[in-house]
Amino acid sequence: MNKTHTMEAPVLARPTSLLDLFWSFSLLALQGFGGVMAITQRELVERKRWLSREGFLEDWAVAQILPGPNVVNLAVMLGDRYMGTKGALVSVAGLFVFPFLIVVALAIGFASVSHLPQVQGAMRGMGLVVAALIATTALKLIPALRTHPGGQVFCVLAGVATFVCIVVFQWALIWVLLLVGGLSCLWTYHRLQPMKTAQEPTP
Amino acid sequence: MSLTLAPADWLSLLLHFMGLSLLAVGGAISVVPGMHRYLVLQQGWLTDSQFTSSVALAQIAPGPNVLFVVLMGWNVGVNAGGTHWALLGALLCLLGIVLPSSILTLFATRWAQRNQKHRGVRAFKQGMTPLVVALLISTAWLLITPSISSQTSWTFWLLGIVALLVLWRTRVHLLWVLAAGAVLGATGLV
Repeated sequence: MNKTHTMEAPVLARPTSLLDLFWSFSLLALQGFGGVMAITQRELVERKRWLSREGFLEDWAVAQILPGPNVVNLAVMLGDRYMGTKGALVSVAGLFVFPFLIVVALAIGFASVSHLPQVQGAMRGMGLVVAALIATTALKLIPALRTHPGGQVFCVLAGVATFVCIVVFQWALIWVLLLVGGLSCLWTYHRLQPMKTAQEPTP
Repeated sequence: MSLTLAPADWLSLLLHFMGLSLLAVGGAISVVPGMHRYLVLQQGWLTDSQFTSSVALAQIAPGPNVLFVVLMGWNVGVNAGGTHWALLGALLCLLGIVLPSSILTLFATRWAQRNQKHRGVRAFKQGMTPLVVALLISTAWLLITPSISSQTSWTFWLLGIVALLVLWRTRVHLLWVLAAGAVLGATGLV
């Protein structure tokens, strides 16, 4: 149980330069329609292999609990981890430079066609695909929970409770995070054994 | 709509978004009601429909979800009389929403990294992971609820399931699937 899948295994790759960081996050941002989270998992875990599935889930959880746009927080965390403050800056710049230009161009062009039913239909179809993409990301991350210290039954309970609170009760996220997340952290804390000291730290 | 915005107003816009940045637990979308209150109700810098279209349009542009704040700032600037003001508004809103939370994240995660063997830090990180998965599923559900009604055709669900399977099981690029969704939506098939 105390196998530390939380640590980065040496098989993982890492960015080679600031430019690599910038382009990686640019590429990721340019593929992210309706949010970047799902594509981030695809790019950073499956293609670039900077993160394991478990590592991604943990980093994403931290990025999500901290205030601010989640994917920006993730870019700050990863950029800083690999290349310090400069890395964080460059990663965030990568996320925004091109999408900023595109969204402004869109705003200029869209004003004249937004009333067309075809355009609204296209947006509905794309929204559905985005929803499917996000659901897919969840499906791919579920196997990473098998080794969760809290146990699989607990993970299902916490997950169902979260979904019900958000979708059925429509609670504000902060209360869900505090209540369900708080209980979940307490239980995980209880189940985690104090770590034996011989763990090698990550760089 | 045409407005005149003084330098103090631009500063107020920036500061307001900086404050929201630190409240945006769970992402920028969670403080949209705060932006609405400020921009539409309180200041009257955007109309309701400008506000709504800012959020909606950003969804079809590539990039982080938070880009909708760029369009809010852009539209404020358009109302204030020109492209250069629009650019200023867009940049101020983006900087405001990104900067404070990023600085907090930088220091908070450095602290957590140094203390990562601490049982509390590990419990926090791992304790939140089941919630992340559940929040993804919730988001997917919430994204399709506006499209669901008694008139929703079976082809809508079929496209959803096919898209899910393609994205889950194949390496087909997302953009192709998105294009297919757009075409099917535009022709009224889903």
